[in-house]
Amino acid sequence: MSVKICSKMIALALALLLPSLAQAIPEIQHWQTDNGSRVVFVPVSGLPMVDIRIVFDAGSARDAGKSGLAALTNGLLAEGAGGLSAQQIAERFEAVGALFSNNAQRDMAYLGMRSLSEKKYLDTAIQALGSVLTSPDFPAEAFARELAHMKVAAESRQQSPGDIAEEAFYKAIYHDHPYASPVAGTPQSLQGLSIKDVRAFYQKYYVAKNAVIAIVGALDRAQAEALVTRISAALPAGERADDLPPVPEPDKAQEIRIDYPSQQSHIYVGQPGMKRADKDYMALYVANHPFGGSGFASRLVETVREKRGLAYSVYSYFMPMREAGPFLMALQTRSDQTEEALALLREELANYLEQGPSDAELQASINNISGSFPLNLDSNSKLLGYIAMIGFYDLPLDYLQSFVARVEAVSADEAHAAMQQRIHPDRLVTVVVGNGGAQKP
Amino acid sequence: MRKFLLLLVIVVIALGVILFQSSTHEPAPLVSDNVHAYELNNGMKVLVIENQRAPVVVSQVWYKVGSSYEPEGLTGVSHVLEHMMFKGTPKHPAGQFSEIIAANGGRENAFTAKDYTAYFQMIARDRLELCLEMESDRMRNLNFDEDEFRKELEVVKEERRLRTEDVPTALTYERFNALAYANNPYRQPIIGWMQDLNTLTLEDARTWYQTWYAPNNATLVVAGDVDPDQVFELARKYFGGLKTSLIPRLKPRHEVKQYGVQRATVKVPAKVPYLIMGYKVPVLATVAESWEAYALEVLSGLLDGGNSARLEKNLVRGRELATSVGASYDLYARQESIFVLSAIPAKQIATDVIEAALKQQIQDIQATPPNREELERVIAQVIASEVYEQDSNFYFAMQIGTLETVGLGWQKKQNYVAGVSAVTPEQVQQVAQKYFVDQGLTVAVLDPLPTDKDTVSSDARVGEKNER
Repeated sequence: MSVKICSKMIALALALLLPSLAQAIPEIQHWQTDNGSRVVFVPVSGLPMVDIRIVFDAGSARDAGKSGLAALTNGLLAEGAGGLSAQQIAERFEAVGALFSNNAQRDMAYLGMRSLSEKKYLDTAIQALGSVLTSPDFPAEAFARELAHMKVAAESRQQSPGDIAEEAFYKAIYHDHPYASPVAGTPQSLQGLSIKDVRAFYQKYYVAKNAVIAIVGALDRAQAEALVTRISAALPAGERADDLPPVPEPDKAQEIRIDYPSQQSHIYVGQPGMKRADKDYMALYVANHPFGGSGFASRLVETVREKRGLAYSVYSYFMPMREAGPFLMALQTRSDQTEEALALLREELANYLEQGPSDAELQASINNISGSFPLNLDSNSKLLGYIAMIGFYDLPLDYLQSFVARVEAVSADEAHAAMQQRIHPDRLVTVVVGNGGAQKP
Repeated sequence: MRKFLLLLVIVVIALGVILFQSSTHEPAPLVSDNVHAYELNNGMKVLVIENQRAPVVVSQVWYKVGSSYEPEGLTGVSHVLEHMMFKGTPKHPAGQFSEIIAANGGRENAFTAKDYTAYFQMIARDRLELCLEMESDRMRNLNFDEDEFRKELEVVKEERRLRTEDVPTALTYERFNALAYANNPYRQPIIGWMQDLNTLTLEDARTWYQTWYAPNNATLVVAGDVDPDQVFELARKYFGGLKTSLIPRLKPRHEVKQYGVQRATVKVPAKVPYLIMGYKVPVLATVAESWEAYALEVLSGLLDGGNSARLEKNLVRGRELATSVGASYDLYARQESIFVLSAIPAKQIATDVIEAALKQQIQDIQATPPNREELERVIAQVIASEVYEQDSNFYFAMQIGTLETVGLGWQKKQNYVAGVSAVTPEQVQQVAQKYFVDQGLTVAVLDPLPTDKDTVSSDARVGEKNER
């Protein structure tokens, strides 16, 4: 009886879900500044606040052998700019309640701000943001301090079995590709960075043509344009960063065992996966969902956690990047269960590649992805992240509007075929960090 | 490790208030700005926050029970029960709750803390009824299956290994906490000691469920694009008929007097030292004069409310003694709590140097009240974050649910900005003088042992809150 209730509720889900979606999806406005920055903007009234993010193609993929340089450059922007000290900059933002943020990843590096939209607050915050963006001073003492912090952070990653596993995994699947090295550098690589490197990196990559400016909040178009001009007009046009090299296909399986005195083994299994602009993006995204991408609805959680109690967290994902980002399956389990869990992970993948998703699994995933799409857009901060991503990866401006239709167009066969074509179970990289590492059978 | 004011902050809700009518009928709703409060006949509270920015809704069911309700020997039972709540009822067998929510485009999970256990869904606004139907079902009809329990207990132990055993800073914090309190149940880890997990039984979990899971010990918080009266009708339909329980009165476990500094060292394999120190302080729910609690809140903002705050300014920049620092104060705890300071030392800096420097920061405030400009910067951040926090239904609902569940009442949210804004520089100095004394101090240090990672196998290339 309970099964009946369940399928009835699922049927209800199918019938009722769509009408509520349409109104939730905002239109993205787009323009280009005189100096060549691309701007994406969504006006949202209701709350008197503005979120801004300026994204550069200046992530660690641009480190060019100097691992950690992109992160260091990004981290130094607000440590002294336009003659203001780090303290003065922080005080300008915080006196008006503005929140400054910055971050570097493999593809992108960004800085941003959340502020009240009332003019007297926003003006102060915008002025500080403009300084940080266009005239960082890179003071010598800030450089030394930030570098020292990054070294300590790099050491502390070496006390986390998960971080050790991730670093080894990227290195193994990417070899000599720029994605191989850790964003925040290694204790060794940081040793070699100089303030000259930082200045050169900034001058080359923090330029208008290499930037996407995303804005969400209580502004009209004219106000948004004026704001963009104020913060970015002083950026030199420069050039957009060159294309990254393609990621080579994996050629053989590799197994890496690293001994670490932890109670659990951290297991990472995977290979290079897909690009953000991949022709199979949607098919692969949907295909991974019932396998290891949907939490408690996924096969991996069902098999590894619910049926056997082997792990708290087990999942798989494709991380789409400019070039092929990783496909990864991961879990952590008590050391003596390492081999059992690893064998299960491989077996589940083999089964899934052979069978593909059932029609019911696929439909449940499509319902979940499309039905939960409004939850991805229900706040200014989520919207900002989305449109910045759309701008950065040159995705179509109707990406949000067409998303649900594209999800629903994926068939079980298509998902299965894409997965089979992309994933090579005989050429996977396996990383095991923990005491299980010493017990290689 | 940095947050505070910005996260703890609240919206000022200052419109007219209609008070409860006491009668045998369901009381008229208490409405304050966009929070609508109702109470069912069985004592369950229903709080609805209208927010029409997106066609979605957050639904949270809060129970007044968490790790601080647990007797010794039974630590972790609240959190294990939280996991068991996904193991089905006669009507909805194990896994079906999650399956139905997923199929309807929803997301769901649960969390356990010291003072509460809560279950939530985020979903399209027209799917709220599904959530309420299933939440009401598992409030009273949960299955307790021995096999499911055994497996889930292993999952929880893996969670403990992942979050605590193999994380040197988390292990240090756990020991800090256990040492700081002599008898206050906040000494117990939320996830429980491994020994207690090893001996926990299905009966323990069932008894815990039967004791605490009842409508008269629960609050439903719904936030999103909904009509409050309709939500109330749905709540009445699904929860109104549930039987009440006699909820036990907790024996008092208020912290006994401390007589001097307490110290712990945690020596485990690690790479980077860490220091955590804290002073016993009152909280809003326990303090005689509420200004003291707001002054402590302001003090945490002065020390760690942003990149311009004192710890960052003086210890990270300035003297360059630490690579990261933090200060935290839990204004909305149910019992007396600890004002925590923590730091990761810069290379070659000993932890006792950091300890002295953190104490110096406190002594500065004890000697000289902060200046106006500094205080105004804290207040500006509070006022701004009052706007920012409305960007997240989930967070807003969480504030309301916490306040109600720790016994302060959700209306306290309205006092926050006024409470913080009214704090004077002298009051900050006074609380620093009164509470930051050796008789309230506990210090724990992570002292790294080698990780022996260099003895690696041949082909190696080395390169507070628990959710379900």
